[in-house]
Amino acid sequence: MAHHGVKHDYHIIDPSPWPLMGSASAVVWAFGMVAGMRGLFGVAKGEWWLMLVGLALILLTMVFWWRDVIKESKAGDHTPVVQLGLRYGMIMFIASEVMFFVSFFWIFFEMALFHGHRAGDMSAIEEVKTAWSTWPPAGVETLDPWHLPLVNTLLLLTSGTAVTWAHHALQQNDRKGAIQGLLLTVILGALFTCVQGFEYMEVAKEHNFHFFLFKDAADATGAANLYGSAFFMATGFHGFHVLIGTIFLIVCLLRAIAGDFTPKKHFGFEAAAWYWHFVDVVWLFLFAFVYVIFGGPH
Amino acid sequence: MSSTAITHERDTHADSHAHDAHEHKPGFFARWVFTTNHKDIGTLYLIFAIMAGLVGGAFSGLIRWELAEPGLQVFMKGSMLDSMGLFNLSNPDHAKHAFNSVVTAHAVIMIFFMVMPATMGGFANWFVPIMIGSPDMAFPRLNNISFWLLVASWVLLCTSIFTPSGPGGEHGFAGGWTMYPPMSSHTGSPGPAMDLVILSFHLAGASSILGSINFITTIFNMRAPGMTLHRMPLFAWAILVTAFLLLLSLPVLAGAITMLLTDRNFGTSFFDPTGGGDPIMFQHLFWFFGHPEVYILILPGFGIISHIVSTFSRKPVFGYLAMAYAMMAIGFVGFIVWAHHMYTVGMSFDLRAYFVLATMVIAVPTGVKVFSWIATMWGGSLWFTVPMQWAIGFIFLFTVGGVTGVVLSNAAVDYSLQDTYYVVAHFHYVLSLGAVFSIFAGFYYWFEKMFGVKYNKWLGSAHFWIMFVGVNLIFFPQHFLGLQGMPRRYVDYPEGFAYWNKISSIGYAITAVGVVVFLIMCLEAAIVRRKGEANPWGEGATTLEWTLSSPPPYHQFSELPVIKEDEDAHH
Repeated sequence: MAHHGVKHDYHIIDPSPWPLMGSASAVVWAFGMVAGMRGLFGVAKGEWWLMLVGLALILLTMVFWWRDVIKESKAGDHTPVVQLGLRYGMIMFIASEVMFFVSFFWIFFEMALFHGHRAGDMSAIEEVKTAWSTWPPAGVETLDPWHLPLVNTLLLLTSGTAVTWAHHALQQNDRKGAIQGLLLTVILGALFTCVQGFEYMEVAKEHNFHFFLFKDAADATGAANLYGSAFFMATGFHGFHVLIGTIFLIVCLLRAIAGDFTPKKHFGFEAAAWYWHFVDVVWLFLFAFVYVIFGGPH
Repeated sequence: MSSTAITHERDTHADSHAHDAHEHKPGFFARWVFTTNHKDIGTLYLIFAIMAGLVGGAFSGLIRWELAEPGLQVFMKGSMLDSMGLFNLSNPDHAKHAFNSVVTAHAVIMIFFMVMPATMGGFANWFVPIMIGSPDMAFPRLNNISFWLLVASWVLLCTSIFTPSGPGGEHGFAGGWTMYPPMSSHTGSPGPAMDLVILSFHLAGASSILGSINFITTIFNMRAPGMTLHRMPLFAWAILVTAFLLLLSLPVLAGAITMLLTDRNFGTSFFDPTGGGDPIMFQHLFWFFGHPEVYILILPGFGIISHIVSTFSRKPVFGYLAMAYAMMAIGFVGFIVWAHHMYTVGMSFDLRAYFVLATMVIAVPTGVKVFSWIATMWGGSLWFTVPMQWAIGFIFLFTVGGVTGVVLSNAAVDYSLQDTYYVVAHFHYVLSLGAVFSIFAGFYYWFEKMFGVKYNKWLGSAHFWIMFVGVNLIFFPQHFLGLQGMPRRYVDYPEGFAYWNKISSIGYAITAVGVVVFLIMCLEAAIVRRKGEANPWGEGATTLEWTLSSPPPYHQFSELPVIKEDEDAHH
């Protein structure tokens, strides 16, 4: 930064140790995952401490890295053209996240629309053939979308409104309003996670896992296991993204309290808001297709 | 380069060079390990790609050595390979498994650790910012983690080769780079090797996605004043399209292998028929990534070849805009042809008909490119330098591979050629003779620019001719073997296939000599250190990198270049 004789507005960054630290942490995390799942390097299967060490190191790297970004922003390195670059970057990142969800929706739609072809008629396994002659597969009890899922839809839509309130307050230089709006967004996001966790537990308890049967469960509906796999993978990864978005918003809340944002310059907040809207839209797709349209009779 | 050739204000630039000369560089460790400089990161990627290429090349050596004659000679107890102790060849099952794990590792290494790091990592990092008149990439720190995540991914992959995988504890995942279940599921590969491969792919994917975000942002946001998209050099266009392909296809692979991971470890059954799942779905998801991936491997090469052909024909490239839009068309159509890799899985007739048609459509924009390269040379004042030799070699060999691709696109023909050596010959013609020739072409084209020294032309030429003869000898006979029905991924074959397999292995030996000449060429240039010129290629080289010193200053364009339309370029 601030190199001698530089006549452009781009941000030339000094060498940084965080990328190397991040990659090294990723290796530790990956070895830890495999060790926990299968046993590796003397770490027994089911022991997750190596993975947790890697995860902690990754989180630490993120803290160090983004602390530097905030410092640079305060030092004035984020000129208008650099801010525009950050916008492009965030849009592209969200685009790649969308494609990540495409893979889970794809497998869900294939099964919902072509279950006969994919798992039913063609199957040589009698239980699978019987279970998959209908949608949802026989033996699967689906959730009533107009119950907790609807509450969650309303929670997320309201939180989308609250984050827009915070944005407008920021633009009007109303810091108090921005903090209140962000606080409400974070609370609504956390509530969503709680409701979703409660519902998962209900499924586990009341439905005795009929929903998400593990293969070794001695039950005929084991043939419908894929339904639970697709359901939990899609909603689970969405829930994970809600958590990330909530943390992102909490960081913005703390920065708003510290007075980091100005009416003209608050891209950190905008990125969090974009991400939050993305999470919101994914939920609307989940609600519409997984819970309502392909949710079967309730 | 483009129809609106670039004129550059050299005089304003002389000042900034004076500043650059005094600019201090960080110390060795900070400069090369903590680096945020696009040229240094490009160099790291190139070194990584050469190292990985040597490992992947050694693996293909083991394959060709084994297949030189019918029967087992390398992958067996008591062989020379066994005495090295790298692989467990103690019983025939382990030995055969080791052969397939070497085939798998060869593919993964060449795709993810050699070609992609060389084109996207090496050349694109080096030259996209310079060609568009930018001082660096948009996110230099992110650029660094893209490199180091690739190293992390490499560590995981290499560990997997020596980790138990098969049901009998055989080492290394052996189900091919496509990782189809049930070979990759718990039944087929119960050991931890497959989980290491999956997480290795996750990290390599994260590396490439971050890199793509970086390139797209750099190209959209950091072009110099006057550098409109329609004046942008074709290599930058190629990288822009490639980056979008990576950005949109890799997350689908990430999703697919995540489902594979949970199938293996957490009781889901996405690809397991006993739980209502479908292994064919993995193939759909994999090839939705896998087909764009093959264009990711070749598109940067298209860009490099356009520059070289134009430079050494001393003419602007023929049909500049058509060339740019042809790459976009190839990128778009590349997303809707994936199931031509799966004709034999039992798809409906209509689906197969669609995928045949869509696949054949790709021949149109690809033809636009090949004919435009030839039209660029037509009537030009040709100069057969080392990079030009590689470029012409590329055009010839890539076209051969493209034509066999049209043959294979026919579902009916593919029914008998699926998984034979005809397919192996086809994709090696477009990749190891296409993409790799474009990488060598780019390496010789920019060698002097990147390293500031000249290479020995005689060695460069010898490298080209030895490789050209060698690789054709390896892969051309494989067309015959495939048509005769020899299947891929087998450690042994009947006597009838012996003749052409022998020729193919002799071809490998010749290619290996070519690689040695390449290494000698690098070493000779590093020792003799003939000082490089700013522009050794004369008036044909019109892109911005030739206006800078060789090697360029540590930070170029402290004052941005202004691009003006060259009126002479309009006819």
